Amino acid sequence: MPQAPTPNGPSRLPAWSGDVTRVPYWVYRDKDLAKTEQMRLFEGPVWSFLCLESEIAEPGDWRATVVGEMPVVVARDTDGSIAAFENRCAHRGALICLDNAGKGAKDFLCVYHAWRYDLRGNLRSVAFRHGVNGQGGMPKDFSLEGHGPRKFRTSTTCGLVFGTFHDETPDLETYIGADVLGHFKRILDGKKIEIIGRYVEVLPNNWKMYAENVRDSYHASLLHMFFATFKINRLSQGGGLTISPNGGCSVSTSLAPMDSNDKTYNDIRSVDDDYKLEDTNLLDVVDEHNDLIRQQIVTIYPNFVVQKTQNAMAMRYYTPNGIDRTNLEWIYFGYADDTLEMRQRRLRHLNLGGPAGFVSMEDGCIGGFVERGIATALDESSIVEMGGSGTVSETTRATEAAVRGFWVLWRKMVGV
Amino acid sequence: MMLLRLAELNAAYAQAIDTDQLESWPDFFVEDCLYKITSADNHKAGYAAGIVYADTGAMLRDRVNALRTANIYERQSYRHIIGLPVIGTDQMSAETPFMVARIMRDGKTALFATGVYLDKLRETNGKLRFVQRIVVCDSSYFDTLLAIPL
Ligand code: FES
Ligand SMILES: [Fe+2]
Repeated sequence: MPQAPTPNGPSRLPAWSGDVTRVPYWVYRDKDLAKTEQMRLFEGPVWSFLCLESEIAEPGDWRATVVGEMPVVVARDTDGSIAAFENRCAHRGALICLDNAGKGAKDFLCVYHAWRYDLRGNLRSVAFRHGVNGQGGMPKDFSLEGHGPRKFRTSTTCGLVFGTFHDETPDLETYIGADVLGHFKRILDGKKIEIIGRYVEVLPNNWKMYAENVRDSYHASLLHMFFATFKINRLSQGGGLTISPNGGCSVSTSLAPMDSNDKTYNDIRSVDDDYKLEDTNLLDVVDEHNDLIRQQIVTIYPNFVVQKTQNAMAMRYYTPNGIDRTNLEWIYFGYADDTLEMRQRRLRHLNLGGPAGFVSMEDGCIGGFVERGIATALDESSIVEMGGSGTVSETTRATEAAVRGFWVLWRKMVGV
Repeated sequence: MMLLRLAELNAAYAQAIDTDQLESWPDFFVEDCLYKITSADNHKAGYAAGIVYADTGAMLRDRVNALRTANIYERQSYRHIIGLPVIGTDQMSAETPFMVARIMRDGKTALFATGVYLDKLRETNGKLRFVQRIVVCDSSYFDTLLAIPL
């Protein structure tokens, strides 16, 4: 992909004049802006998804992840509490943990010069601190307490662990907002969840294009033919869009179809009434929550999604991999008490999601089409005006309100 | 000899996919089959969910049908290189390594996936078919999307 010229630093960026109904294309392409984003957003007043509580169930269990592009370790301490810290040795910066996950660790030992950390990331010892045979060693006034990787504040809800670097981040549930949290809890609360698959899709686009895509209730039934034809998600079905007070978290909900003679989509490409599935197991839905909801996409700002489509459930955590790539991690899950039949149903319905999903494969390539489309248009803007200019909840999904909500919060944090 | 028969089956399988004869791809399976694309890490962890999961012949045909009529993806093709199978002691199972390059419409050719097929076979009317083909990719990372089956 051709690399667009980069202006020298945020101060020289073209101005973002006007509101979030126009999003200038340079926001996806500027390298210095990406650094600012890491500092002010990912390390700013946001809650980042870290892992599932069940993945670090016992003291000494840990997982490595990233927050933005920062490597991070999250671990269960001996007293059962959860700690998270930058995966960077205080000495000369090597990674402290070298694998994706581990169990039963007593402490963490950096491989380079054997500096040792406890499960909270506190520096506990320095090899040869007092020298060897009376020679060498660290200065007498070197303090272990004064050095260590940067630490997160952590919080949990519904069995998920989140972390923030910032003192001013509101508590997690306030941040998500009561309305969005309610939908989040519909899927997760009171249920023991079990991971049943884990894959990473490497998207050929800036992470913010994917952040827009998961909030874009407008595209779902237009880009994805599967949804519309089988009435899994048509905008004319019941449902709506819920947006948190901060604008950044959202829920797109679609209800089971009611009107079998729906004509709304008659002339739209993505509907072909002759197209039939031979195996209808994919459409055999059990209404597990007795609420007629067929699909729910819950987004937590900035880069986390929990979704339930039919009986398939997944989390998505997408992080920047350079400026023009995004690592989209799919975590498929079921409930621990699933019957065999329900588990089988989930496995089948998961064909809709993930890198090869009948629905989501298209979201894998669409950001790349935008990246290539805007190659020489960095001073131009996209139009994000479906449904007007509002950023609040709506009873229709024919709106880009949640995309605007993302940008309102992004601009506030990044200062653009 | 099983080795030759399997090599022949795999060659035909690769040819069907790589020459865009996707409609004949489901014929390589029995009706009560299991075709799943997973990764080494997922397989090792015992995770049941694949990125493609088909447990009937009808689901395989639906996948081809969806690729032909419903799904949006850029024109692309594969080149499979399938290695020699290690045949199980029961003679009706095999483990076969593969590499797949993906060729995009803009001319880019890149190694897309490597891994191993975990196969179970059945013979009906003198024809060998897959009862099970678990595609265990070495990596859990997939570039952009996976449309065409492996
Ligand atoms: S870099 Fe970790 S001990 Fe030196
Ligand atoms: Fe989508």
